[in-house]
Amino acid sequence: MGVALTRSAQWTAAGYGTGTLESTPLNEEILKEIIVFVEHFIYKYPHEAKFVFVEPLEWNTDLEPSAFESGYIVSETTVKSEEVDKNGQPLLLLSVPQIKVRSFGQLAHFLFIAKDTKLKEAQACIEGNRDPVVKILGSEFGEMKEDSMALNILNKISTDDDPENEIKMKIAILLKQLDLHLLNHSLKYISLQINLNPKTVKKDIELLQRFSGKGEQTVLESIEYTSDYEFTNGCRAPPWRQMYGEICYVLVKPHDVEALCITCSAEGVFLNGGKTDEEGDIDYERKGEVYKDLVTFLKEKSAVFSENMSRQENISNEEQKNQIEEVLTKEEAAVPQKAISSSDRLKKNHINFVKTQMSKRLEPSLNWRAKVDFKDKNLTKDSQEEKHGGKVEKSRTSISHGKVQLRKSVDKIEETISESSSESEEDEEQPDHRQEANADLPSEYWQIQKLVKYLKGGNQTATVIALCSMKDFNLAQETCQLAIRDVGGLEVLINLLDTDEVKCKIGSLKILKEISHNPQIRRNIVDLGGLPIMVNILDSPYKSLKCLAAETIANVAKFKRARRAVRQHGGITKLVALLDCAQNATEPAQSSLYETRDVEVARCGALALWSCSKSYSNKEAIRKAGGIPLLARLLKTSHENMLIPVVGTLQECASEENYRAAIKAERIIENLVKNLNSENEQLQEHCAMAIYQCAEDEETRDLVRLHGGLKPLASLLNNTKNKELLAAVTGAIWKCSISKENVIKFREYKAIETLVGLLTDQPEEVLVNVVGALGECCQEHENRVIVRRCGGIQPLVNLLVGINQALLVNVTKAVGACAVEPENMAIIDRLDGVRLLWSLLKNPHPDVKASAAWALCPCIENAKDAGEMVRSFVGGLELVVNLLKSDNKEVLASVCAAITNIAKDQENLAVITDHGVVPLLSKLANTNNDNLRRHLAEAVSRCCMWGRNRVAFGEHRAVAPLVRYLKSNDTNVHRATAQALYQLSEDADNCITMHENGAVKLLLDMVGSPDQELQEAAAGCISNIRRLALATEKARYT
Amino acid sequence: MNRKKLQKLTDNLTKNCKHLFRGFDKDNDGCVNVSEWINGLSVFLRGSLEEKMKYCFEVFDLNGDGFISKEEMFHMLKNSLLKQPSEEDPDEGIKDLVEITLKKMDHDHDGKLSFADYEKAVREETLLLEAFGPCLPDPKSQMEFETQVFKDLTDFNDM
Repeated sequence: MGVALTRSAQWTAAGYGTGTLESTPLNEEILKEIIVFVEHFIYKYPHEAKFVFVEPLEWNTDLEPSAFESGYIVSETTVKSEEVDKNGQPLLLLSVPQIKVRSFGQLAHFLFIAKDTKLKEAQACIEGNRDPVVKILGSEFGEMKEDSMALNILNKISTDDDPENEIKMKIAILLKQLDLHLLNHSLKYISLQINLNPKTVKKDIELLQRFSGKGEQTVLESIEYTSDYEFTNGCRAPPWRQMYGEICYVLVKPHDVEALCITCSAEGVFLNGGKTDEEGDIDYERKGEVYKDLVTFLKEKSAVFSENMSRQENISNEEQKNQIEEVLTKEEAAVPQKAISSSDRLKKNHINFVKTQMSKRLEPSLNWRAKVDFKDKNLTKDSQEEKHGGKVEKSRTSISHGKVQLRKSVDKIEETISESSSESEEDEEQPDHRQEANADLPSEYWQIQKLVKYLKGGNQTATVIALCSMKDFNLAQETCQLAIRDVGGLEVLINLLDTDEVKCKIGSLKILKEISHNPQIRRNIVDLGGLPIMVNILDSPYKSLKCLAAETIANVAKFKRARRAVRQHGGITKLVALLDCAQNATEPAQSSLYETRDVEVARCGALALWSCSKSYSNKEAIRKAGGIPLLARLLKTSHENMLIPVVGTLQECASEENYRAAIKAERIIENLVKNLNSENEQLQEHCAMAIYQCAEDEETRDLVRLHGGLKPLASLLNNTKNKELLAAVTGAIWKCSISKENVIKFREYKAIETLVGLLTDQPEEVLVNVVGALGECCQEHENRVIVRRCGGIQPLVNLLVGINQALLVNVTKAVGACAVEPENMAIIDRLDGVRLLWSLLKNPHPDVKASAAWALCPCIENAKDAGEMVRSFVGGLELVVNLLKSDNKEVLASVCAAITNIAKDQENLAVITDHGVVPLLSKLANTNNDNLRRHLAEAVSRCCMWGRNRVAFGEHRAVAPLVRYLKSNDTNVHRATAQALYQLSEDADNCITMHENGAVKLLLDMVGSPDQELQEAAAGCISNIRRLALATEKARYT
Repeated sequence: MNRKKLQKLTDNLTKNCKHLFRGFDKDNDGCVNVSEWINGLSVFLRGSLEEKMKYCFEVFDLNGDGFISKEEMFHMLKNSLLKQPSEEDPDEGIKDLVEITLKKMDHDHDGKLSFADYEKAVREETLLLEAFGPCLPDPKSQMEFETQVFKDLTDFNDM
């Protein structure tokens, strides 16, 4: 009895003392066997039944004293048996609730009285008496272990003549028999669970195949099935062999030993007789020991395999983990899995097999059982215990009776378990949380568990009560949310949505709505397929149901997969349809229980759309479903809680070009502006965000101004507490100030001063927008003055040392804009701003580089002693010239512009010429980008001023492409090009090239241009060419 | 309109309602007269929340003492849980359910539900209107009933 109880019974907590038996089928089986044993004891061995235990078995019983009848002395709280021992003590003593029993007779009698609660009492008894053998027979018997026991007993009998001892011996032997019987019995039970099945075998083989092949690193040379045909049940063995539980046959060629022909059967893996002849028939006879799976078998057979396998295990942890998880789930769900169709047959077979094993060689068989049992125990415990290394450890010590083989297997299991748990955190996240919830279960957990039980097992009345009660828990609290999930409540709640019961659906959604604030729960809901059901509910005739479903969707659709699911199940169209409700102004007052106001429905719909609109495809879907006009209409209402989701949706969607067009067309801007004046900061924020998105478009910017939106924006700048709002507002101002008229307005509203004030101590999101806005405003002289007066230049220059790309782009732009003013430039120079700008040319982001180079142009132009300043930057000029190798057009254009300015200083021009600026510029000449053409031509014309650069440009074939620039449509390009050509035409060879490329005709047209500079340059160039022609003619005739 | 048709109609409407008769028969004379019938139908089809609450409470208050007692609740809920063979005491779940309901609805903690308790709970959570079993027609059958009746108006006229 002892062995079976300690080992095979599944105790909830490993270790002794307070443990209770888990209510598993296996335990129940064991308890039943014990009960049968005790009940029959009295008939089979009447003499022994009277034997008085050394110590009484004590436990707490639920039995009332009144249940005892004849043969007992019953009082109110105590019961004594009439049967007494030698000393007159009763053999059964009950003083509620404790009971002490001292003989098998009384024990049997007691069980008889207990009737229906037998099982429970037996369990309590076993739990209360962890070592019954010791109590019954005395401690000397407790010391005996297994095989030595029989010997001890014999010894005792021969040395001792005491008749009582004889009885003791007999009982000991009987108990020993019971023990064996129990082990056998539980083994039968367990063996059913650990059977291999075709799926796991297939997985194993596939895995091994992946790591097989030639070479040292692989685990096997080859592994293949003997038959290609797979039956529908997953087996490959012929049907007549499947009867024996055989799944398939595998030919394995390990590296170090001969090819093996293996049978994989439900009982395990073993070597068979191999192929008998050429026809491929297999000798099915078992030729070796049975192993629990293929990997174990091969590890035993091939040293190279086991070595490489452990190496591969490290490499392929991922696969291993999957596999192990697979096995875990398999084991958990093992009971319903009768591996093979002919399971009855199999069972019999198996029992026989086990029995012979047991009788022949008790020791190894026991080992095997213990091993399997241990594994089983761990695996069935819901994979929770894996994490508790400590627990595993403990149960290991409890089980290790110094048997090497056993310990080895335990170690191995532990190893694989720790492997699987440490691998991918993402997957393990959930059990992790369950674990925590388990660590100290709050009382809510049990209450919720109870409620879920009623949800499952109740009719609709009980369900509604349970739902209402569950709603009273603090569902915002994570423990409650997770508790509902962990006790399987989510499944039930989602199932309820699929019923016809309106009330149940409402109740369930009310709970789901709350708990879906938890990101984990959201994922669980999606995993359980909750979204399609909720989307279907959107069609329901009951408005409150629609509302709740939409609200829940709004919560769940916070991540991508969920949003996709909503779309794929047609949710977007239905949600858009909800928006349509708010039309009939004259609604009847709540006509039914399940009605709510149409506005509410629309609000929930908008809420859900808001969540969904974070995905690009959903935006498209909303637009296609005709959502924009509906949103526009809803925008005219004055309910704040309606407006927020509506504006939120618009704001999300406004990132798309065609939305912006639609927003303009639907006259949405007007309402957005109106709502800027709302009291609600959140609403203001979303409106400002929407304007920020839309104001990319010039017409929209004008609309904002026309509807008087600039003033509220400017005044919102004073609310510096709410950073999100501030970021949105400054963003809107930035985009609006791209239009000049808007800038004038902003100046009127003193917005520029406020913006300067926001340059310090703000989060980056705000800074980017503020600086962007200032950059736009500083395009105007007055504003540049204002910025300087307000002391805005210093903070701007300070921001040049940041790392945020967007911010740097804006800051450089703003600094550049300010530098146009010589007085500002003086300040920038004093603050060493130019050096900072210059160093930004090294920034990895092309946008920053370009922006910095643009900003440098006005700086160099307006700085005093610009040439000296530029030269003072060590390596600066080389850096600039090398930027001409960039492949970003904007960078190139900006650098050309910078070079134009640098080259104004003769000395610097000499330096950059030395750095090879001419060939680099020439290389760029073949471009179609007008912006680049213009600045390139300007740079060329500047660089011609030094030495023989004119000639060099000609040599590097820059002239002909330049001529083609004249065909461009851009007057700026024309002007710059004409100037460049004028400079180049000082060289005779260049003139010839120009003439050859038809420059003269093009230039003649330019002479008629209204642009004076262009006229002049074109005329100058033509005169140079003409002069050359005259000179040649002259030379010819003289 | 013949008797059979009427029976079908009301069956349709009241198939869920156990205590229909008692709810309708206000003067307890053992039969539902015309005005009682009309009043009942009015509550069923066009009743406001107040009227419905009143009606339901009367139905639930089995002995008519103005309170829904624990015993009454137990009686009404006793069939609401599926019997699970593993449960030792099948009534235990029901008792527990009654306790849960009381905890939720019994605001003055006197161990029974007065109308005030009931009203307060229902106003907080409309789902609790039919807390102890269905006694109002569900909207679907209500709709069916109405379409049936209004379709048959022509029958009335014919007569």
